[in-house]
Amino acid sequence: MHSDQDRAPLWLRLLAYGGIGFLFLPIAVIIIYAFNAESAGYSFPPKGFTLSWFGAAFARNDVLQAIGLSLQLAALATVLAVLLGTLAAAAMYRRDFFGKNAITMMLILPIALPGIITGIALLSAFRLADIPSGFWTIAIGHATFCVVVIYNNVIARFRRMSYSLVEASQDLGADMFQTFRYVVLPQIATALLAGGMLAFALSFDEIIVTTFTAGNEVTLPIWMLNQLTRPRDVPITNVVAMTVMLITALPILGAYYLTRGTEDIAGSGK
Amino acid sequence: MMSIALPIPPAAPALGLWQRLGVTLYRHPGLQLGLLLGLPLLWFLVVYIGSLATLLVQSFFTFDDFTMEVSRELTLANYQQLLQPANFDVVLRTLSMASAVTLASAVLAFPLAYYMVRYARGWKKGFFYVAVMLPMWASYIVKVYAWTVLLAKDGIVYWAYQHLGLGGVVDWLMTIPLLGGNSLTTSHLGRFAVFTYIWLPFMILPIQAALERVPLGLMQASSDLGASGAQTFRHVILPLAFPGVVAGSIFTFSLTLGDYIIPQIIGPSGLFIGSMVYTMQGSIGNMPLAAAFTVVPVVIIALYLTGARKLGAFDAL
Repeated sequence: MHSDQDRAPLWLRLLAYGGIGFLFLPIAVIIIYAFNAESAGYSFPPKGFTLSWFGAAFARNDVLQAIGLSLQLAALATVLAVLLGTLAAAAMYRRDFFGKNAITMMLILPIALPGIITGIALLSAFRLADIPSGFWTIAIGHATFCVVVIYNNVIARFRRMSYSLVEASQDLGADMFQTFRYVVLPQIATALLAGGMLAFALSFDEIIVTTFTAGNEVTLPIWMLNQLTRPRDVPITNVVAMTVMLITALPILGAYYLTRGTEDIAGSGK
Repeated sequence: MMSIALPIPPAAPALGLWQRLGVTLYRHPGLQLGLLLGLPLLWFLVVYIGSLATLLVQSFFTFDDFTMEVSRELTLANYQQLLQPANFDVVLRTLSMASAVTLASAVLAFPLAYYMVRYARGWKKGFFYVAVMLPMWASYIVKVYAWTVLLAKDGIVYWAYQHLGLGGVVDWLMTIPLLGGNSLTTSHLGRFAVFTYIWLPFMILPIQAALERVPLGLMQASSDLGASGAQTFRHVILPLAFPGVVAGSIFTFSLTLGDYIIPQIIGPSGLFIGSMVYTMQGSIGNMPLAAAFTVVPVVIIALYLTGARKLGAFDAL
């Protein structure tokens, strides 16, 4: 469905750009209010421009601890998901076997089912097994729903990779690790990086599963939620909101540029 | 003529341990599969499927209202409780919101997706793709927070309709029973707007993917044969893109069904399935009833997926 001569009617252009405007309105709001001089309330137009809330926010221990915790969790969840997702993709891409569809379904399920189901299921299992909630229970939950992101990215790349490269490497005397290091890894590196960045962003701002598995730990999204239900520090919250937005937006843009048009790279096709 | 002395091929070098292992694995694909899949499979069976099974089992446990304790006596009482009018109301309220949000997302998403596919060229194509993807992946909780800022008293939306002279219209909307509320932040309309905003990108991308596969020739043929724009849309574009709409609706429907944070923050009181589950397991400690409640969205989504499969939605994903 492509044509290049005709131009869209005005109403369609309005609807399309209006839709994009709608999608970006809250994002613009977050950016504007982070610099708002007002110390309570959300009146519009803003009362004045200031950078002082940034200093105030990053001097707060609870904010810094929440950022630190969320970064550590996202890093750990990403590492676990990269390991599990790459193994699963390597196993599944070339072969049909009994139960393959069921396994694919099982990998997708944690993000396809509403987060509340994953969250409460994990909580009920941890309670039954007497595992106390904390850092590791959050990480286990995050890793579980991040696997599919890595899996999708890596399996797409594996499907474009020619398996004869692996065979040639082994024929030429490379051992398993050399084949992986010098033949497979360079082929899947950008897909791994892109998947890893998406998984990192997904884990960093996840809230629904986290509220069930966190116990007394306060991740950055949980800190935000606490401020939402009992607003205390409006200007600090505005700054934190923009920080969360930036920390997740950068990996997402990075992942997009890494995987854009990869099908055209010379020699990577079958 | 010179005789070329051919080098004598050396004896095949002895293979190292890892080389031999590589050869063994190459010769036994089943073993290779097992080694690769073992760890992820174990993780998912233990952590995920195990948890879901635990949850299902707990929905049959007994909760004692007096001692507030859970015992492992099996019972169907939790499922019977679901049918009580108050609990049934919760299910109905959630379902109607999920349906309204799905419908609104489809109406908003279609023209945008159509424009992306049919008219956006060159850098614009990338721009539109990123412009949909970025808000989709942006932090959920920050987006919800942004809406409380937008809808706040004296906030941007308030400012905009005052300046457009629409104050009376908004006040009137707030008095309608199923739309209104005390203020925008505590109204059904506000909650509906936030839900629609949050899940809209999940509708745009599948519709866009479905429209990408509609050949331009079909539309030209339709207008060559004398169809009006509306007729072409109704009889050519919509039927071909419909699986995409259904695919998107799986996301908007299922995500609204399980949400408990938006109903808690924006809109009038009145529980949703998600908030019910959250309060039951949290402050009340009635995990069995909470577990029984989670079975409701799972069953609804399973039915929905079965219907969607029949409509061919999975080809559009």
